[in-house]
Amino acid sequence: MASVTFDSVTRRYPGADRPALDALNLSIDDGEFMVLVGPSGCGKTTTLRMLAGLEPVDAGRIHIGSTDVTETDPGARDLAMVFQNYALYPHMTVAQNMGFALKVAKVPKAEIRTRVLEAAQLLGLQAHLQRRPKDLSGGERQRVAMGRAIVRRPQVFLMDEPLSNLDAMLRVQTRNQIAELQRRLGITTVYVTHDQVEAMTMGDRVAVLRDGVLQQCAPPRELYRKPANVFVAGFIGSPAMNLFTVPVVDGAVSVGGYALALPPEISAAAAELTVGIRPEQLQIADRGIGVEVEFVEELGADTYLYGRTVDRPAPQSVVARVPGGTEIQRRSRLSLHLDAADLHFFTTDGARLG
Amino acid sequence: MTARTGRPVRHRIGRLLGVYAGLAGVAACALFPILWALSGSLKRQAEISQPMLFPAHPQWSNYLDVFARMPFWRMLFNTVLYAGCVTAGQVFFCSLAGYAFARLPFTGRDTLFVLYLATLMVPLTVTVIPQFILMRVFGWTDTMWAMIIPGLFGSAFGTYLMRQFFATLPVDLEEAAILDGCSPWQVYWRILLPHAKPAVMVLAVLTWINVWNDFLWPLLMIQRKSIATLTLGLVWMQGEYVAEWPVLMAASMLMLAPLIVIYAVAQRAFINGIAATGFGGR
Repeated sequence: MASVTFDSVTRRYPGADRPALDALNLSIDDGEFMVLVGPSGCGKTTTLRMLAGLEPVDAGRIHIGSTDVTETDPGARDLAMVFQNYALYPHMTVAQNMGFALKVAKVPKAEIRTRVLEAAQLLGLQAHLQRRPKDLSGGERQRVAMGRAIVRRPQVFLMDEPLSNLDAMLRVQTRNQIAELQRRLGITTVYVTHDQVEAMTMGDRVAVLRDGVLQQCAPPRELYRKPANVFVAGFIGSPAMNLFTVPVVDGAVSVGGYALALPPEISAAAAELTVGIRPEQLQIADRGIGVEVEFVEELGADTYLYGRTVDRPAPQSVVARVPGGTEIQRRSRLSLHLDAADLHFFTTDGARLG
Repeated sequence: MTARTGRPVRHRIGRLLGVYAGLAGVAACALFPILWALSGSLKRQAEISQPMLFPAHPQWSNYLDVFARMPFWRMLFNTVLYAGCVTAGQVFFCSLAGYAFARLPFTGRDTLFVLYLATLMVPLTVTVIPQFILMRVFGWTDTMWAMIIPGLFGSAFGTYLMRQFFATLPVDLEEAAILDGCSPWQVYWRILLPHAKPAVMVLAVLTWINVWNDFLWPLLMIQRKSIATLTLGLVWMQGEYVAEWPVLMAASMLMLAPLIVIYAVAQRAFINGIAATGFGGR
């Protein structure tokens, strides 16, 4: 086990107009579960592949523990990776797949057998050891891929969207298993996903990337409560945070005809700002942001209400998450109330205020 | 309704019949010379030009004559030895080169590959004289080395075939192996080559047939009967017994038999390989 440090790491693909990863500084503690999340093309997989040694580093250094591994061969970095498509060797049995790295490292056969058996017991794969990957279900293959990583007892686990090929139910189940397994083994883990639910539920900390730039790295709760900028505010949370760009007039802003008083330090900071409100913090009330409902999604426990503010001439999109079963008519007008303490403020450049 | 659905069904049956009739015609054209040779191998000398497929009195003794008039078993052994060595060499070196061209990053890789591929366009007649001179310089003329070494180290076609196949294998497999600590050689040998069986089978069968049927190179290189191939044996027999067509046909049949056996055994793998390497017609 070891910590991982990215020190101003940059990767620029030949012919690309901007770096895939731009001067990334990130420290991952020993035993920590770090999730890299972001939209497609944000650089999360590139980061993982650079740590694995599968992608060259154009600038900066990568350390595992106190060792600089920037130029080290992938096989010598003592990492194990779970690939998106598992990358199991089709011509080998489950046991051979799991023990292959040890065989390459010339570990004695008896020890390979013991370690494979231990990992198989941990993952409930004992019955499948002599089967080939093509005879396994998606979930079983995923577990074999995990087993292959565990058997090696590496310093760092790397996981590249390992749940993306599973169905929704199995994904939830496996998500919990992976998180629990990581905590039990205590191996430093870097996990890449584009699914914010995975990121928020699994990670000790979550690093949000966009266009190759680290936006924020924080525990899930902090990401949700104190997003560092408009991008993180919009990316974390489902449905996404409502963002209204409005002028500051007399220490307040008006959204949907509803005046929201600003704290003095915020109102003094800018003449125009972006106000963020989480959909779940909006409640239907007699007084509040005036909204014209456009459509409604009934999800059982919750109801999503999509509409536009009554601001003229520039109405803004708004979404609210209200308790399931709430009767709402399309094209109706209603008011959405919120607590002033739940407001988020950003400059028009997107940086957080307060 | 019936009329509407009936027409497409009839149309489809008609089309299928047409396709099968066409295929049967092509198969007949391909098989007829072989059948004619088989028939000729059982005829008497006087019957050879008579247009009949089934001779009235099959002369099985023609086959015994083959063994009497040429050192058939020795030549068969030589041909199997040359074909075996060259096939093994081609499979090994072409798959190595194909792996390198498909997967290993190095400067000028694609240019080198195109240049190598361009050698396919150079006709054999252009290279045969320089190759002959080379063999003479090495002192290998009229030796087994001349039959084995030049073909051993791969070919542009084989390399192309293997490269195309390796390029279709998932990169993840290779990367997983690299992370498992494999060297490039181990990635090739332990991970990628076991998956390349279909392509290896195609290359092996094509190379074997090519060497088996090769005539020009042995003709230029070999004079001793003890190291001659079956194709040379056939021609030499023709020289001595110009009129003995039934025996020649019998020798041809005997030479063809191992190829048919090999193809029959490897047929399924060969067809799968053709499909997997993208050389199929569809």
